[in-house]
Amino acid sequence: MKYIDEFRDGEVAKGIAAAIRQEARPDRRYHFMEFCGGHTHAISRYGVSDLLPENVRMIHGPGCPVCVLPIGRVDQAIRLALEQGVTLCTYGDCLRVPASEHLSLLKAKAKGGDIRMVYSSADAVALAQKHPEKQVVFFAIGFETTTPPTAVAIKQAKALGLANFSVLCCHVLTPSAIASILESPEVRQWGTVPLDGFVGPAHVSTIIGSRPYEFFAEEYRKPVVIAGFEPLDVMQAIRMLIRQVNEGRAEVENEFARAVSREGNLKAQQLVAEVFELRKAFEWRGLNVIPYSALKLRREFAEFDAEERFALDYRPVPDHKACECGAILRGVKKPQDCKLFGTVCTPENPIGSCMVSSEGACAAHYTYGRYKDV
Amino acid sequence: MCLAIPAQVIELRESDNAVVDLAGVRKEISLALVEDVAVGDYVIVHVGYALNKLDPEEAEKTLALFAELGESTALP
Ligand code: SF4
Repeated sequence: MKYIDEFRDGEVAKGIAAAIRQEARPDRRYHFMEFCGGHTHAISRYGVSDLLPENVRMIHGPGCPVCVLPIGRVDQAIRLALEQGVTLCTYGDCLRVPASEHLSLLKAKAKGGDIRMVYSSADAVALAQKHPEKQVVFFAIGFETTTPPTAVAIKQAKALGLANFSVLCCHVLTPSAIASILESPEVRQWGTVPLDGFVGPAHVSTIIGSRPYEFFAEEYRKPVVIAGFEPLDVMQAIRMLIRQVNEGRAEVENEFARAVSREGNLKAQQLVAEVFELRKAFEWRGLNVIPYSALKLRREFAEFDAEERFALDYRPVPDHKACECGAILRGVKKPQDCKLFGTVCTPENPIGSCMVSSEGACAAHYTYGRYKDV
Repeated sequence: MCLAIPAQVIELRESDNAVVDLAGVRKEISLALVEDVAVGDYVIVHVGYALNKLDPEEAEKTLALFAELGESTALP
């Protein structure tokens, strides 16, 4: 496929790998975090780590939407379906996220909940239109890529005057998560997570642009290179990061210029600003409660806010005791450090959220590199 | 679910929709988030929406850079 296959060419990968080996100085180590689950997936699937010299290490970041979704939020969705009898629509990846009482949305469905997988937010609106007798709730999760589609759906519902559509909004913000990593004691105080730079998100950046990362480069002196999701993109970004480190620079560079500009997608940003405002605080799985790190519906759209309509309260729930997802999401531990990895916890029967989606560190590691030190 | 792919627009439809070609599969998506998209353009498709247009010139530049790297490192 055009714009995909050319960016996966194995021969070219060897060339970039050779360039990386030439540029990485043997007398130092390089630690880069790939923020996005999409990059984690690409790195694991294409064995990018195997092509890197031993002194260049990749750390998985928290940019996997289902991985950072806390149990309490999934519980809310399950309560809506089982107790309030709503038709709950959500993206497929959410269905197997472990929740309280050994439940997940999939298991709640088996217990009789009307839970449906949708491909797009527009499908949820269409369902509400078709079934005026049903309350349809869209369980909206994800970073800045899925937020604009949710905004469009809410505006559509308003234009159509739908009284039976609402959104359980769990949209979160990438810059907040990066800041929380940089502010974590492991990075700031103890230095147990050495971090020399970030591979910046691909598709999130198509929306928000490269500008929001400039703060991290300036304030924290960390280079950021925005990269596309194909393996050659990731490798080239790693090479650009190595070069910045070698030259003592901390800048925002854009490897993904074919889709990302400094400003980003202004139309999408405007739609989001029209429909959503910042939440004062939001709990993330693994990163705890982060102030101003997520979105909720503006007052003008309150009638479409499921939390308001169904008077939902939020109850935080701790993760499974043995699950190391929290530490993995902060780059402190690796999947194989978890006692449950690959034995009790597998993609078929995930105990923690990192084992659910193919972008989760545990699932990617299990599927593509279980016996390797990725 | 962050995975999104470039796809070519093959037909514009009403209410801001378009048909794209995803590896031979035709799919209707929404253009509500993008502007000035024409038939033949490539867009990045994610959860049924085009997130952005793809710039073919920039793509060529990136590929040319990759190729150059491969050649320069292949020399002894
Ligand atoms: S292997 Fe399972 S239980 Fe362990 S950290 Fe990963 S998701 Fe959590």
